[in-house]
Amino acid sequence: MGAVGLVCRECGQRYSVEPIFVCEHCFGPLEVDYDFNGLRGEPLRDRITRGPASIWRYQDLLPAPRVPEWDLAPGFTPLVRAHRLGEVLGLRNLYLKNDTRNPTWSFKDRVVAVALAAVRTFGFTVLSCASTGNLANAVAAHAAKAGLRAVVFIPTGLERAKVVTTGVYRPTVVEVEGTYDDVNRLCLEIGDEHRWAIANVNLRPYYSEGAKTLGFEVAEQLGWRAPDRVVIPVGSGNMFVKIHKGFEEFQRLGLIEPHTVRMTAAQAEGCGPIATAYRENTDKVVPVRPNTVAKSLAIGAPADGPYVLDLARRTGGAVDSATDLEVVEAVRLLAETEGLFTEPAGGVTIGVLGKLARAGAIDPNEVIVAYITGIGLKALEAVEQVVERPIRITPTLASFEERVLALAGE
Amino acid sequence: MAVQVRIPTPLRRITNGERIIEVRGGSLAQAIDELDRRFPGIRAKILDDRGEVLQFVNIFVNEQDIRFLSGLRTPLDEGAEVSIVPAMAGGSRPQIA
Repeated sequence: MGAVGLVCRECGQRYSVEPIFVCEHCFGPLEVDYDFNGLRGEPLRDRITRGPASIWRYQDLLPAPRVPEWDLAPGFTPLVRAHRLGEVLGLRNLYLKNDTRNPTWSFKDRVVAVALAAVRTFGFTVLSCASTGNLANAVAAHAAKAGLRAVVFIPTGLERAKVVTTGVYRPTVVEVEGTYDDVNRLCLEIGDEHRWAIANVNLRPYYSEGAKTLGFEVAEQLGWRAPDRVVIPVGSGNMFVKIHKGFEEFQRLGLIEPHTVRMTAAQAEGCGPIATAYRENTDKVVPVRPNTVAKSLAIGAPADGPYVLDLARRTGGAVDSATDLEVVEAVRLLAETEGLFTEPAGGVTIGVLGKLARAGAIDPNEVIVAYITGIGLKALEAVEQVVERPIRITPTLASFEERVLALAGE
Repeated sequence: MAVQVRIPTPLRRITNGERIIEVRGGSLAQAIDELDRRFPGIRAKILDDRGEVLQFVNIFVNEQDIRFLSGLRTPLDEGAEVSIVPAMAGGSRPQIA
């Protein structure tokens, strides 16, 4: 493994590479410690550009090695210039990171791929997770590819498609009566009592590192430079802090010039404890009971909340939220202007971006990257009531001319 | 009130490997005091100097996050289940490059 150990982010206590995630001394979260000696600048850039078109091109900067026969090749998704959406929002240099283009159509394939590599290292036979849906998809698919047993825990009330697109890989799907936060707590207790690999619990130090690749790729795709601002949907906050870590590591390794990226977090108003703390100018993130159309962001007690606040404040970014109505409108706006159908989390991102742009909080010339991290097909419920019905005609020219031609503006 | 406290792995060294400890206490604060009398040092792993729950510790009473109840003043009924659980942060310590 590229990892030389684990280190407590709070007290600095060091541990060997194990499937553990909490410091025994202070309960602080453990993170992977690397030896980056000898990895720098031009030679490292060459290694990356010669690597596969997936997250594994950054293998030198990830904690566990790719397992070729288990690889679904996630990542290296398109970074798209958003001319039409940019025009609507008054932003001249807007890009979309289209991470719906992953094996199970969300960014969770990145983190699970890295967790899976750690599973191989530690020799587990069951792969599990607590999920709002996308992670369940990714765990079930990766476990299938690796021939591991998958047991995924989801809260009740998830979008139907997220349950079906998990079940098809034949994992054991366990629906827990409660919210994601209840599922999360249960999985922590399970991880304490049973030797299971729970991707986002005891493998969390490894798993979470996969999200750095969302920062690496954007910097590489912009021509080896950091953007001026990123807008990121925030549930637990893990992806947000890891994207920042990705830019930071690239700077430290001499791959890009030092540049402060304005870290901008987008939350759903019905589950916006970090946005509330930001608005109220406090460091304390008070948990909420989620009620939002953006179910993939419905995490009421975000573990990385304080780190998100700190980063947004220190980089000149922001934390803001969008209502369900604004989210659904933004999903449509993105689809209509850019041909990209996102799940509601992407509507949260675009909704908040639009809000900040209209408020004049963003310089129109900034190079901005908005992260679209999950596909709309898994959450059809969010838009099916607002999408226009088809126009029905008989198969005759007369019917066409009467009902269609005028609408097409001819 | 006799209540059950579930001890997470990182604290089991203090409880000599015990996973479930039965203590008495009419409130969560009393239960933690009693726990600390029997296993000295455990309180300091859960609460800070001002007696507030540490940032990376979550406590649940009968599956409810105490931040939705009355915090450490949450009353405990006979047979209540208290669970001490680490928060699952997984990001990184922000540093300016």
